[in-house]
Amino acid sequence: MTNPVFDQIKKDITENDVVLYMKGTKTMPQCGFSGVVAQVLERLGIENYKDVNVLADPQLREGIKEFTNWPTIPQLYVKGEFVGGCDIVREMFQSGELAAMLEEKGVAHKKAS
Amino acid sequence: MGMSAQEIESMVKEALPDAVVELVDMAGDNDHYGITVTSEKFRGLSRVAQHQLVFGALKGGMGTKLHALAVTTKIPA
Repeated sequence: MTNPVFDQIKKDITENDVVLYMKGTKTMPQCGFSGVVAQVLERLGIENYKDVNVLADPQLREGIKEFTNWPTIPQLYVKGEFVGGCDIVREMFQSGELAAMLEEKGVAHKKAS
Repeated sequence: MGMSAQEIESMVKEALPDAVVELVDMAGDNDHYGITVTSEKFRGLSRVAQHQLVFGALKGGMGTKLHALAVTTKIPA
C-alpha cells in the first residue's frame, strides 16, 4: 500500500541533505522548539536546508510523526536519516556531535570557532 | 489537556521499572514538562531510540494530550 504523504517525505529527505520539519518557516518559526533547531542550523552555517512547514499541511503534520515514529515537531533529517527533535539536536550541538556528524556525512557547514 | 506529573511518572515507571524519573512542570500548567529519565534500558541505544522508549511509555499521550515534554535520558553511572 502506498501512502502519498510518506512518498513525499521520502522524496524530500532523499533529495535534500538537510530537511527540517517545523512549525512555521526558518525565517519565521511559529513554535519555540522549532525555532531552537532553526537557530542551531544557522549557527552551523547551514542556510540552504529545506524547511517544511507542517502547519501548512495537516496530513503531513500527522504523517511525519508516523513516518519517524516520533510524536513531536520539529524533526531534523540529515542525508535521509532522522537525527532528532529539539532536545537531541540542542544536546548534540552543544557537545559538538552535530558538527562531527555533518562532517562525517559530508554536509558543508561552518566550523566551530 | 495536559497530564498530571503523577500520571507521567507512573507510566514511565511501568514501562521502565528501573527508571529514576525527575519531572519538572516548567510552566505550571500540566502541559509543559521537563523530564529526566535514568535507566539501564537505555544502554547501547541511540539517543533517538532512548527517547522513543520514553515516548512509547506515555502510550501516545505525547503530542496529543501533552504539548511539550523536554526529554533528557541518562544511563546509570
